[in-house]
Amino acid sequence: MPQIFHRSSNTIARVSIYGAAFILAGLGYLGWRVNFSSYYTNVGVHDPQPVPFSHKHHVSGLGIDCRYCHVSVENSSFAGIPPTHTCMSCHSKIWVNSPMLEPVRYSYFTNNSIEWTRVNALPDFVYFNHGIHIHKGIGCTTCHGPVGDMPITWKANTLYMRWCINCHKHPWRYVRPRQYVFSVTYKPPPNQDALGRRLVKEYKIKDATQVTDCYTCHR
Amino acid sequence: MELGHLKLWKLIRNSHGAEFVPSCNHPTSALLKGCGGLWRRRLISKAGLPCTFLAVVALSACRNDMHVQPRYDPLAPTNFFADGRSERPAVPGTVARGELRTDELLYTGKINGQLADVFPFPITQKDLERGRERYNIYCTPCHDYTGSGRGTVVRRGFPPPPSFHVQRLVQAPVGHFFDVMTNGYGTMYSYAERVPVKDRWRIAAYIRALQLSQASTIDNVPATERPQLLSEKGK
Ligand code: HEC
Ligand code: HEC
Ligand code: HEC
Ligand code: HEC
Ligand code: HEC
Ligand code: HEC
Repeated sequence: MPQIFHRSSNTIARVSIYGAAFILAGLGYLGWRVNFSSYYTNVGVHDPQPVPFSHKHHVSGLGIDCRYCHVSVENSSFAGIPPTHTCMSCHSKIWVNSPMLEPVRYSYFTNNSIEWTRVNALPDFVYFNHGIHIHKGIGCTTCHGPVGDMPITWKANTLYMRWCINCHKHPWRYVRPRQYVFSVTYKPPPNQDALGRRLVKEYKIKDATQVTDCYTCHR
Repeated sequence: MELGHLKLWKLIRNSHGAEFVPSCNHPTSALLKGCGGLWRRRLISKAGLPCTFLAVVALSACRNDMHVQPRYDPLAPTNFFADGRSERPAVPGTVARGELRTDELLYTGKINGQLADVFPFPITQKDLERGRERYNIYCTPCHDYTGSGRGTVVRRGFPPPPSFHVQRLVQAPVGHFFDVMTNGYGTMYSYAERVPVKDRWRIAAYIRALQLSQASTIDNVPATERPQLLSEKGK
């Protein structure tokens, strides 16, 4: 009986068996990279907004406190997005003819909402609360990045579970004195480790065994 | 009617918000696009390509029914109501639980229709500190840290408010300050939605403290503190 396969098939078979492992690994790696790319996570992506609102201008330039606009951030899960009324408390008299602010005036005078595009969003099966983080000395910029330098708001962290857990396990690396929570210029001091451990005690921050249980965030 | 129920629940929950009306309840409000906005982008429009790959690695990656659950997050849009808002304003003529306002002095700053010069509750050191913090958040952009009326926004062209240290305002009853914050005054908008009632009184108390401090002389400083103050004067 003549051979069905040519001798070279042996090589092809061997190469494709080893190759398959590499191809699978390659695909896996690609998937992993896509998962952490800004294409997938939206980190650093400048989403267009109906009004080109600049935190850089309002926070760093004018020194307005976060809470002037994000009213409920201290005691609610939801930080709050300012209603048009808040913008108009200044823009009724400032930049009144600016075309950039046309949607704000339109909203105010016709009682229509401005539709901001969400930048940070967790899936619905995750429970998050701003209040607890603010009270335990986690600053806005730790999670939201250099807000004071953002001419248009972008997402600074993946908000993946590993990101949350990392801090819940090592809070002393990130905690800061309470009076600087809203500061956009605060830089962690060189002795962050020592300071952090002191603050963790002082603010009675729960340790990893208590805040990495699944029901902390999935309830 | 499943959705109808959810909205009703939301409505009741909001009306619990006792002392102050959440900012999003204001008639002209902001609306955040989509609880699912990001997810829609991430999983449907953008996800086509990665999903094909990821399907090999993790078959579950393309389901999102738990990510976007049939409930409303704060400020989530809806197409159930014509104005697109899932946050509903209170029905006219109704009083939400905890919102009954019978205490005239506390809620209007008046006694028998006349601006009052007393506080509805005793002001402690803690109240003053809270007042200072709230003043610094909500009032300094225009009135400045000292109450001079030359805040950063005024320096960019906002009509300047009067200084708190002019004769008329030093003599004004505290009820006046409460009233200005609650109802607005001329070009100044109301701060009632953002500053809860008691905090408004604490701010009023702090403004009084500012007025005292700006009119103080060295004689008002406790004798023990004087040397330090005088030594700092030269610097
Ligand atoms: C003058 C009002 C104003 C002030 C002050 C302000 N913000 Fe904002 N902020 C907004 C508006 C309006 C939006 C929605 C538009 C956008 O995303 O840029 C927003 C959006 C955001 C978002 C993104 C929300 C999302 O969609 O996920 C973050 C985070 C944020 N602000 C943080 C801060 C922090 C931190 C401060 C204080 C350092 C601050 N903001 C001060 C008005 C303000
Ligand atoms: C406390 C006062 C204040 C509030 C509140 C405020 N703004 Fe402004 N805004 C200003 C001032 C002052 C300027 C001009 C800045 C300058 O001259 O450098 C400005 C400028 C702007 C500009 C154009 C300037 C630029 O280059 O970005 C936009 C757009 C704008 N604001 C949007 C908003 C929106 C939207 C809100 C409501 C969420 C808002 N502002 C709330 C004071 C305010
Ligand atoms: C521990 C991290 C963390 C800190 C600290 C933090 N945020 Fe957030 N913020 C988030 C997350 C996560 C979301 C998305 C929440 C969601 O989708 O439910 C968010 C969302 C927001 C939003 C959009 C509205 C909302 O609540 O979903 C605003 C505005 C905001 N943050 C402002 C602030 C401000 C202002 C501060 C500081 C006072 C702050 N955040 C501190 C993690 C943080
Ligand atoms: C930079 C640090 C940091 C990050 C990031 C962070 N957290 Fe936290 N979180 C804390 C600290 C500190 C506490 C306070 C723990 C305590 O109660 O003492 C806390 C508490 C909580 C609590 C309340 C726990 C309880 O029952 O006492 C929840 C819920 C929570 N975090 C959810 C999240 C979620 C969800 C994320 C990710 C989206 C997240 N956190 C990211 C630091 C962080
Ligand atoms: C500190 C908060 C936190 C804790 C604690 C936590 N998770 Fe998560 N989890 C998250 C966040 C945030 C996400 C969403 C990540 C994302 O955006 O993809 C998530 C996502 C998940 C997902 C992925 C669901 C999907 O479809 O993508 C699973 C599964 C999960 N968590 C299981 C667990 C289990 C099991 C535990 C306990 C060992 C746990 N989580 C504890 C915050 C937490
Ligand atoms: C956006 C700028 C702005 C902010 C923020 C602001 N005000 Fe004013 N305020 C004004 C202006 C302008 C006037 C003068 C109004 C007029 O005479 O038409 C004024 C006037 C006043 C007056 C004097 C009323 C009179 O009898 O002449 C008081 C008291 C006052 N404000 C208190 C406050 C308090 C308290 C806050 C903080 C909760 C505050 N303001 C925040 C702009 C502001």
